[in-house]
Amino acid sequence: MWDYTDKVKDHFLNPRNVGEIENPDGVAEVGSIACGDALKFTFKLDEGGKIKEAKFKTFGCASAIASASAMTEMVKGMTVEEAAKVTNQDIANYLGGLPQEKMHCSVLGREALEKAISFYKGTPVTAEEEKIVCECFGVTQMEIERAVHENRLATVEEVTNFTKAGGGCGNCHPMVQEIIDRVLSQVSEAPAERPKLSNIKKIKMIEETLEREIRPALKHDGGDIELVDVVGNRVLVATRGACASCQASDQTLKNFVEAKLRELVLPELVVEEVSA
Amino acid sequence: MKPIYLDNNATSQVAPEVMEAMLPYFHELYGNPSSMHSFGGQVMKQIRKAREQLGALLGASPEEIIFTSCGTESDNAAIHSALASCPDKRHIVTSRVEHPAVRALCAHLATQGYRLTELPVDGEGRLDMEHYKRALTPDTAIVSLMWANNETGVVFPVEKAAEIARERHILFHTDAVQAVGKIPINLANTHIDMLSLSGHKLHAPKGIGVLYLRKGTKFSPFLIGGHQERGRRGGTEATPSIIGLGVAAELAQKKMDIENTFVKELRDRLEKSILEIIPNSKVNGDRASRLPNTTNISFEFVEGEGILLLMDEYGICASSGSACTSGSLQPSHVLRAMGIPFTMAHGSIRFSLSVYNTDEEIDFVIEKLPPIIDTLRSMSPYWKVSESRVRCQE
Repeated sequence: MWDYTDKVKDHFLNPRNVGEIENPDGVAEVGSIACGDALKFTFKLDEGGKIKEAKFKTFGCASAIASASAMTEMVKGMTVEEAAKVTNQDIANYLGGLPQEKMHCSVLGREALEKAISFYKGTPVTAEEEKIVCECFGVTQMEIERAVHENRLATVEEVTNFTKAGGGCGNCHPMVQEIIDRVLSQVSEAPAERPKLSNIKKIKMIEETLEREIRPALKHDGGDIELVDVVGNRVLVATRGACASCQASDQTLKNFVEAKLRELVLPELVVEEVSA
Repeated sequence: MKPIYLDNNATSQVAPEVMEAMLPYFHELYGNPSSMHSFGGQVMKQIRKAREQLGALLGASPEEIIFTSCGTESDNAAIHSALASCPDKRHIVTSRVEHPAVRALCAHLATQGYRLTELPVDGEGRLDMEHYKRALTPDTAIVSLMWANNETGVVFPVEKAAEIARERHILFHTDAVQAVGKIPINLANTHIDMLSLSGHKLHAPKGIGVLYLRKGTKFSPFLIGGHQERGRRGGTEATPSIIGLGVAAELAQKKMDIENTFVKELRDRLEKSILEIIPNSKVNGDRASRLPNTTNISFEFVEGEGILLLMDEYGICASSGSACTSGSLQPSHVLRAMGIPFTMAHGSIRFSLSVYNTDEEIDFVIEKLPPIIDTLRSMSPYWKVSESRVRCQE
């Protein structure tokens, strides 16, 4: 027996917004009877452009019915733009979570929402978006890419849990794996968080920055600077030449040297002058 | 809430007589039957009795009974032994509707250099015997066909199939887990070499099974260890369970008539009423050759899990062949092998009764089920389309 949350059970036993709106602003049918779940979703906007009414009809298991019911509750009162931002994870969260194997039910809800919004906006679906990867369940490349991206899926099994792709004959497993590899590699190429610096690398970068960016400028004014030590994020330096006797050397260290090091090496660096 | 238990092909309650017979063997008579002292020896006598009780139920002699831990172990032991005793033969014949205990094992063996033929079934779940004959080759080591299907209750003509295998000197095994205790079996009159049964399907506890091994059949043990079961299955005997299974076998023999009259009538009434009241419903499987306790009914345009959970609200227990309940994403392999359309397969419910069910319980299900199907259909995007289609046909 599935471990459904009370919220899932409630939305299954007392589904909200069952039915079909006549003359809807947005309409979508996703899934198919062969796949084991299907959802017809309709919505109507009020004069202010907010979703006034949302209704669904579902053929599927308890979690498919609950996901559709939850989705219609969530989007009521939203503008189309707000509704477009609802993810499958939002639907699952609204229900207090879904068993992993049932995540595809929340994806079905999000797909219906997205497709109904496309219908409302009159956006055509491109051929690329329609390219089927999983023949058994009619899952497109676009759907798999999106599920992998949004839910950080790393294995074919996870993709099957979320989209059903690969849950039938298994012929598409290599293609699904390719999509996972491609999407995840794109994710890692994107501007990543600043990597944590090891001490050696930090010292090396400080030295390089001093050599390349800072010392030439100081030398231009007859001054110089020497790196004495790096203790944690404290950069200990000694001033030389004109700098050593310059009244404004404190300002130079703060406004120029420290600023440059913070920009090019690490924002937490503090430059301190030591006598050496 | 007292459950209305119509899921006896999944497991069954331990009969009160069985439990009573077992209890002394946990705490008072806990001796090891292999011991030399009389404290253990008296337990051995009871095991001998259980072996006789099983033999009586199956039409076998006591020494042809090997106690195992479950049906799955019996199936594995039988098939592995057959392959080990015919090392030159590399072909296995089975069917597409076998229980996973046979099906998954054979699929695994197919990756280990064995050739596998899975016989198809028709829309009613029946074997084509001509097809079966053609599948047998001089390279065939073993045929393994289930006696009765767990999902549909369809009974295969295993006695005839065993005869055909014998003519070709091929070993024949049957997984009779669902058949034993529900239909009369007399192995002495057949050419079946090996048979598997499971205790918990016939009101004995879980964790006890039997492998019947015809006298003279070469056997290579699956569990190698002590001398128990005459060296054919190592491991200290599960004495309470074996004694319980013996009592359950005797009860099953006594109640065979009730099973095929009272239980069958309950099943037939349930089935007939459901089909009459609920439109677009249909029985899966050959009604002419079926276990007396099982019915598998499809409700078009709804999904099985929803039906089960709404029935659960009333304490009604059954099973479904839908994808959502199978743990995979596809409906049951049995219904797919039968070519049941998806619209039907996803909404299939199996009711499996026992001698403990009552007329009142069946009345209750007949009362509660139609509104459940109505509720789910009113939510289904396909239902209206179908209604109009039905009207057009009328």
